[in-house]
Amino acid sequence: MNEPLHRRLGLTDDELESIRSTIGRDPNPTELAMYAAMWSEHCSYKSSKVHLRNLPTDGPRVLVGPGQDAGAIDVGGGVAVVFKMESHSHPSAVEPYQGAATGVGGIVRDIISMGARPIALLDLLRFGPLTDERNRWLFDGVVAGIGGYGNCIGVPTVGGEVHFGTPHSANPTINVMCLGIAPADRLVTAAKAPPAGSLLVLFGASTGRDGIGGVSVLASRTLEDDAAESRPSVQIGDPFAGKLLIEASMEMVERGLLEGLQDLGGAGLTCAASETATRAGLGAEVDLDTVPLRQEDLEPFEILTSESQERMLAVVVPERLDDVIEVCTRWGLGAAVIGRLVDEGGTLDVRHRGAEVARVPARSLADGAPVYSRPMAVPLERDDLLGDDPTFTTMTTPVGDALLRMLSAPNVASKRWVWEQYDSIVQGGTVLGPGGDAALVRIEGTLKALALATDGKGRYSALDPYLGAAHAVAESARNVACTGATPLAITNCLNFGNPERPEVMWQFAESIRGIADACRALETPVTGGNVSFYNESGDSAIWPTAVIGIVGLIHDYRLAVRHAFGDGTLVYAMGETFPELGGSEFAESVLGVVAGRPPALDLERERALHSLLVESARGDLIRSAHDCGDGGLAIALAESAMAGGTGFAVSIPGDLPSHVSLFAESASRAVVTVDPVRASELEDLAAELRVPFARIGETGGPRMVFDQIADVTVAEATTAYEDAIPKLMSGERVLREAG
Amino acid sequence: MEVSLKPGLLDPQGKAIEGSLPALGWSNVSDVRVGKYVRLVVDATDLEAATTQVGDMSRRLLSNPVIEDAVIREVVEDAAGNGRA
Amino acid sequence: MTARAPRVGVVTFPGSLDDRDAVRAVRAMGGEAVPLWYGERDLGGADAVILPGGFSYGDYLRTGAIARFAPVMEELRAFADAGRPVVGICNGFQILCEAGLLPGALIRNAGRRFVCRWVDIRVETSLSPFTAGLVAGEVLRVPVKHGEGQFVARGDELDWMEGDGLVVFRYCDPDGALGAEHNPNGSAAAIAGVRNEAGNVVGLMPHPEHAIDPDLGPTGGQPMFAALLQSALEPVASGIR
Repeated sequence: MNEPLHRRLGLTDDELESIRSTIGRDPNPTELAMYAAMWSEHCSYKSSKVHLRNLPTDGPRVLVGPGQDAGAIDVGGGVAVVFKMESHSHPSAVEPYQGAATGVGGIVRDIISMGARPIALLDLLRFGPLTDERNRWLFDGVVAGIGGYGNCIGVPTVGGEVHFGTPHSANPTINVMCLGIAPADRLVTAAKAPPAGSLLVLFGASTGRDGIGGVSVLASRTLEDDAAESRPSVQIGDPFAGKLLIEASMEMVERGLLEGLQDLGGAGLTCAASETATRAGLGAEVDLDTVPLRQEDLEPFEILTSESQERMLAVVVPERLDDVIEVCTRWGLGAAVIGRLVDEGGTLDVRHRGAEVARVPARSLADGAPVYSRPMAVPLERDDLLGDDPTFTTMTTPVGDALLRMLSAPNVASKRWVWEQYDSIVQGGTVLGPGGDAALVRIEGTLKALALATDGKGRYSALDPYLGAAHAVAESARNVACTGATPLAITNCLNFGNPERPEVMWQFAESIRGIADACRALETPVTGGNVSFYNESGDSAIWPTAVIGIVGLIHDYRLAVRHAFGDGTLVYAMGETFPELGGSEFAESVLGVVAGRPPALDLERERALHSLLVESARGDLIRSAHDCGDGGLAIALAESAMAGGTGFAVSIPGDLPSHVSLFAESASRAVVTVDPVRASELEDLAAELRVPFARIGETGGPRMVFDQIADVTVAEATTAYEDAIPKLMSGERVLREAG
Repeated sequence: MEVSLKPGLLDPQGKAIEGSLPALGWSNVSDVRVGKYVRLVVDATDLEAATTQVGDMSRRLLSNPVIEDAVIREVVEDAAGNGRA
Repeated sequence: MTARAPRVGVVTFPGSLDDRDAVRAVRAMGGEAVPLWYGERDLGGADAVILPGGFSYGDYLRTGAIARFAPVMEELRAFADAGRPVVGICNGFQILCEAGLLPGALIRNAGRRFVCRWVDIRVETSLSPFTAGLVAGEVLRVPVKHGEGQFVARGDELDWMEGDGLVVFRYCDPDGALGAEHNPNGSAAAIAGVRNEAGNVVGLMPHPEHAIDPDLGPTGGQPMFAALLQSALEPVASGIR
């Protein structure tokens, strides 16, 4: 190949020019490798920064906004909640177990590096249809990997979402969210500026060739020599080391031994060192000879860009070094002083075997990547897709049959097969685990609990990315409100195709616009997140999927509301149903189409509904609440009935065709039940908050009765709902394991 | 047939075992790597056919070629004319 | 009835996870919890010791295989040999089996996957620190969360265990009936927990320490911890029954 080195590393000619003019000379190959890693899309956000600026990031509770390892909000009582979501889709497509496992490891380290103890994980997954063997292999491996790592480090996985869609066949989406707790005055943030002379201590696992991807073109060994070792290595996670890392880091933070803490993720040591120096407004000297290595023959560029897992960088003043080393040793972790922060000129100066191998401005690496305003264009098929609305297609399937078909559709069916593989109760704080609208994890020593949910609307976004993203925010907030918690703030993971394609860039910009409008209306600022581009192969890109991870707060978790029906209550449908089946689960599962306009979203109505749900919970007014999401009202009723083992009899008012009123996915709705004696109180509150409502029936008995339209037993529904995924997965035994 | 992690990849099991041996009195052990041993019987026409088949099976199912190497240690023909790997 | 709260030690190994929960459970039930470190040969004057759940040493090599050689285990063996109460929960159970303080072994779940769910278990005998004072046949609701919980023993060993009444808990339905669908991991004879011959050491795969707080779910762990605290202050177990 006669292509110049910089291009083989993924840098453009203009980017090379920018580097040249910054450092005043040609960069050497090692420096090029460092720039290639730091200025990659994944590390620099160069295609997305311009749009991300439009997200609302301020709020009275925000302690740390976007730009640091994770975001943080104040939940009162001196407690800070640290949270973030990340994607690990590309590695998982290659090796699902390790890709997912290291995704969990990475996001957990982001939380630790802020000085917070991780207390919950959630994961949002997208795969191709399970009728395909490869998709089953990926699904099996990813779930096993998330469980394998999360369970072993003792952080409960309390929620998430799994959906299946054809565009994800070649490109699974794996987004993992982690949440941690810290005293608000002990957060490790960039605000604390370490002094010059502070030591850089690398602790945790040793450094090998993990994750050396594109920059492996620099390997000086020819491919014939030892091809196996030069090839890019899959990152292998070690959850036991991850657990020790949590404990050692927590101890160091609790004892006040650190000036700074950073995890090593994408671009490894180069990223950690350059970001640490840049935040401190200083330069750094690093000696690669002091880095503990897994193999002796690593070249400088490999040590600098390795993505070996379970490593952290601590910034320590010399007087505290002995204590820091002692903590690491006691926890069985390696630790080495690999450099220090220095006063002169802000350069990152790297030495190896007595020679200087790199000398570049730290800020240029960390913040200097060009910012691109890539061209955008509305996709050509858009109008066709939108216009092809399925709402008024004639329905010939009996509603009862359609209901059972929907309940066994993988997108709707019980995900118990997934969440029973996760330890959702370790640490003893889980008030509400997987299977409900939102998870609830209590704050130890208080009656408060954090409500957590994730949501992504790929199918809606394929039709209208603005609406799809806004719906994701609205629904995740609604899920939180259903438990009685107030939505507070969000993190996000933006999963898109190739940003060099104008259609993709347009989808991205529209999604940002949707998130921004919804977050402003619902007062949930964005505290940080992650962008994952290039989720496509050949011509097949994933649906534009903005995934939201939301945090809410309930002041007394004993008043939390669950979604299961009890006996003898009245059933209310809160909100209003409109004739809109565009992009719905019904349209895909029963009619076989993905088309039409997604449901409308009135953010003021959404706010009003959330207020009603939170107020009702606070007053111990309602017996259950469940969001109307995928599959609409019928599925929400069925899920509540199955969860409680209690049927219902309802009659849907209005004159829409029954399948439309039952399966439309109109926004801002919830199914709520109330004791008959308190019904008028509920109606008064709804009227006061201007939430439309209708009393539609009552709970009780073993059957789910929809007027004259459908009659299905709870048992029959439960079988369809619970058996769907296990049946699909038991078709083929997957014997590949990790380790 | 022996299945092991490709050289250079992290072996958390090997690392944990290596770290525990000194406490039991053995400090002269290094480079611990843990793998799997698979034994099976193949009903094939001859040794070569059996060997080829075991190779295919190992690539597709018995090992994960992304992170593991599979090496056929031994193929023997037994009395019934089967290949035992 | 004694005035002093029973002291219950809880050992933390590298990788232990439910140690904090065991400590919380002991305190919630009125005992004094004594955190113990795997590296120290010291049981802190405890009246009873719990080996908690988790993934000691990541479950690498074999679950419990590395932890059994920890320094604290020497003291624990002497403590057990002297007839004092010892409880192994989940990973703790695995460690006790590897150490030979309990019969049998735990291997990978029959379904090959990790399972986290609420189960019902039936008390088989009151002759253990976790079942002292409980009635055989009583059903308790507790959670399991494990990937290596399938109890196995050689045929003759299993016969001997059953004959000597060493099975302490079995997986069952809410009414106490056995059945494959109620067995989360394929354990032989639906065995969820066992004791040693002397009856002072017990191990079980379910997690009673996560079934104490009524705000979080069923409380099947309360009678078990109550029994443990009672056993802790009783005279030493007197040998083979």
